Amino acid sequence: MSRLFAPASGLCAIMLAATPFVIASAPYESTMGLVQKIFYYHVPSAWLMMLAALVSGTSSGFYLFNRKLSWDRIAVASAELMVLFGAIVLITGPLWGRKAWGVWWQWDARLTSSLTTWMIFCAYLIVRRFGGIGSEKLAAGLALFGLANVPFIYVSVNYWRTIHPTTNVVPTLPLSMGGPFWFCALTLLLLYILLMQLRIRLEDQRKQLDNLYLAVDR
Amino acid sequence: MGRWGGCAMMIQKTRFLIGILLLVFSFVFSPVVVWSQQPGEQVDEFVPISELPPEDQLPAAPLLVSAYACVVLALGIYVWSVGRRLSTVQQEIKRLELEIKRDVHN
Repeated sequence: MSRLFAPASGLCAIMLAATPFVIASAPYESTMGLVQKIFYYHVPSAWLMMLAALVSGTSSGFYLFNRKLSWDRIAVASAELMVLFGAIVLITGPLWGRKAWGVWWQWDARLTSSLTTWMIFCAYLIVRRFGGIGSEKLAAGLALFGLANVPFIYVSVNYWRTIHPTTNVVPTLPLSMGGPFWFCALTLLLLYILLMQLRIRLEDQRKQLDNLYLAVDR
Repeated sequence: MGRWGGCAMMIQKTRFLIGILLLVFSFVFSPVVVWSQQPGEQVDEFVPISELPPEDQLPAAPLLVSAYACVVLALGIYVWSVGRRLSTVQQEIKRLELEIKRDVHN
């Protein structure tokens, strides 16, 4: 693991501890009020969910073409993080929607596509866990399906009629809201990078363990 | 006329039937379409939130706190889970390395 890991972890912990105060400093949104503050975690988590799906799908594609295990390790690490950030998105979203829309869930294009992509990556992890020998190739195929869904999730709010806010919200944020938002986004991005490193290290160690088992058997 | 004439009659009858069906459907469904395009009810009075029945008063704070609690819990559990898996694998590696060393000496 890189020498930067420990200082970066410390910085990330400080930033994570500061986020509630930064978010509290942001002004209330005019129509949604206090509940809109879920946005500061919900949207960066959604971005990281899509980023993790992109990384996992792309790495799976590379793994299928050149069979290098290093790509497979990146793919599985990112798939796990996709499920983690996806779970955060799918929990915080309905909590926001209940107050803002009056319903917990709406079967619109954005919500449904996010849920199906999340389920594809849950299936990826289940296949990896219980699929037996060769399951990593099957799982890589699943990740490619998940990757194909990502652009659809992003543009869905602009092409279909939905009550979900459009992609225009973030670029037009005033500085008082944009500052806390980008702070949270950076914090979670740093967390994603650190967790990826940690998770890839786990895969490396598992590979080392497999080699040791083979050495003991000989 | 013969066979082709009968066929033309059949097509004409089918077209007529389709026309009737379309007419019936448009009568049945047009009120639904018009109703669905109506704007929502107009507001003619303001009601303070405290006067709403308890089931309609939905405070935002518990939802916000629940959301942040879920985020912290999910991240905490994940970091703990990765740390636990990593330490288990590292212990197993150490055990096997010792075993291999012992086998080499013997």
